[in-house]
Amino acid sequence: MTDITKDALSPPRSFLSQDAIQLFYRLLAVFLICAALAMLNDSFLSLGNILNVLRQASLTFFIASGLTLVVLTAGLDLSVGANVALSACVAGTVIHTTGSPTLGILTGLACGGIVGLLNGVMVTALRIPSFIATYGMLWVLNGLTYWYMAGETLHGFPAGFRQIGSGYLFGLPIPVYLLLVFLGIGTLFAQRTIWGQEIYAIGANPVAARLSGIPVARRLLLVYAVSGTMAGLASIIFLSRLNSAEADIGESLTLPAIAAVLIGGTSLFGGVGTVFGTFIGALILTLVLNGMNLLSVSANWQPLVTGIIVILAVWLDMKTRRRT
Amino acid sequence: MREAAVVSQPNPFQRIPGVAIVLVALIVLFGAIAPGFLSAANLSNVLVQSTILTMLALPMTLIIMTEGLDLSMGAVLTLTSLCVAIVSLATQSMLLGLCAGIAVGAAFGTINGWLVAILGIPPFVATLGTLGMAQGLSLIVSDGQSVVGIPHTVRDIYSATLLGIPVPIVMALVTYAAFHGLLYHTRFGSYVFALGGNREALRYAGLSPNRLLIAVYAIGGTMAGIAGLLMTARMNSGHPTAGLGLEFDAIAAVAVGGTSFERGNGWLLGTLLGVIAVGVLRNGLNLISMPSSVQVASVGVLVIVALFLDGLRSRA
Repeated sequence: MTDITKDALSPPRSFLSQDAIQLFYRLLAVFLICAALAMLNDSFLSLGNILNVLRQASLTFFIASGLTLVVLTAGLDLSVGANVALSACVAGTVIHTTGSPTLGILTGLACGGIVGLLNGVMVTALRIPSFIATYGMLWVLNGLTYWYMAGETLHGFPAGFRQIGSGYLFGLPIPVYLLLVFLGIGTLFAQRTIWGQEIYAIGANPVAARLSGIPVARRLLLVYAVSGTMAGLASIIFLSRLNSAEADIGESLTLPAIAAVLIGGTSLFGGVGTVFGTFIGALILTLVLNGMNLLSVSANWQPLVTGIIVILAVWLDMKTRRRT
Repeated sequence: MREAAVVSQPNPFQRIPGVAIVLVALIVLFGAIAPGFLSAANLSNVLVQSTILTMLALPMTLIIMTEGLDLSMGAVLTLTSLCVAIVSLATQSMLLGLCAGIAVGAAFGTINGWLVAILGIPPFVATLGTLGMAQGLSLIVSDGQSVVGIPHTVRDIYSATLLGIPVPIVMALVTYAAFHGLLYHTRFGSYVFALGGNREALRYAGLSPNRLLIAVYAIGGTMAGIAGLLMTARMNSGHPTAGLGLEFDAIAAVAVGGTSFERGNGWLLGTLLGVIAVGVLRNGLNLISMPSSVQVASVGVLVIVALFLDGLRSRA
């Protein structure tokens, strides 16, 4: 608690340079992992694999970028993965029944956003701790999705819609363009708007934020709604990439998203972190998992490695912050 | 919030209404709409099926009383269940299987406690990390396949009876008695209350809160190990996804049972009634042929409502 207030009180310049050093370490990590993988495996540096890594990282990033805002307010959204699954299934059904991808995309985004809003209501109006509220929501969504799908798989979507997830533009996958767009929007929103700065303030010290006239409840609602909407966006990319939707697609998405946020240097205690850091975090995590894949390590190892990375990331974060 | 955290034995009579109303309401509801719900065979079935959950929910109560949480319990149970299956298959000895399960469970519990107490990582993230690790290890040791052909001594545990009472129920009752004695009649129990209510007081009394906290999480892991034996016996196999999500039912039972997430107060009998309430809800929905997905969603709603009521009570 004390070091957080110290962070918030310290002048902005030293705050920035501290962030710059942290960022440097993370970029170094990206470089070292790439160098190691390039040495261990010839196909790592192939264009196909690099584009694959970027596309994979963009999916993790979409979920993790919204989650970053939640974590900045010292909250957590454990329901993102289940939200992706429900939104994908709902959007998939809408596309199948109406034949209109636009309508499907809008429904997917709306579905994600509504779920996020409900999370926000539970946290603000009902004052349930966020990790428990969203954990309850996780199981409600899981139940709903499985009930709704009843073991069915949706597949076969219009070719135009599938371009979103698997198409290319000037040699780059379309999700990568979306990644750049949302990286820009997220960074501008968090660093350059009053609302963004208010979100940092709420995370650094909720009482001070309330006393200085920030509408805390409304900003929190916004943050959870954004997190849900980004999960909705991820569900669209997922749907068009896989060309199918099943009830269980979300189960392996939450832990990597949280890992990306934490590796990216966003503090679980709120008020510290950037959306760009989360992008680097998503990249590091994807590189590690991609590397394991290239070195033909069984996919069964992925949850184990992701779990260890989550714990290591939090621990490193706490260690560096305690020292400053 | 801290000011309200008085270290005191809870007054059960204040709480009985909450859980009891839920339980009675569920029993009346399903008695009316679910055919065969009130038959002796079905009720005993509900109790037998609640035994694994009892073994998770009781230690979960202690953990939540310390203002902690253990999200890894279901995944650890899955892993210990696989260990029981694999070791008992290899050695043809149920006892060795149980020992392996307990050892792995206790190890995970200790790691959880260490991460939370010594490294100071928030419990829900620390145990989310170990959830991933346990889930990964389950997939690795089983290669994603079921472990079948385990010795019948293991399977018999689930169906055997002692003095006419099914052995799982006997085990659950013994567990309850042990936890009741531990929490309300030993010094350790008072320390657990203090861990949630007033950690400073422990330090002033010359005790190590960290070591106590590790012990509480280790107990949780150990119980997951013992429950792993029951899980393997019940399924007559080890399965890499068998117990996933069970921690949620345990958290639901604790929340419905009136243990507070913020004030270091816990009530074991409430948790036991909460376990039965969750069991009745699932069984009743099953009898009116609702798919398990609806059961999962209902338990989720149950938790959110219970927490909302808990929040109301704490503000009142």
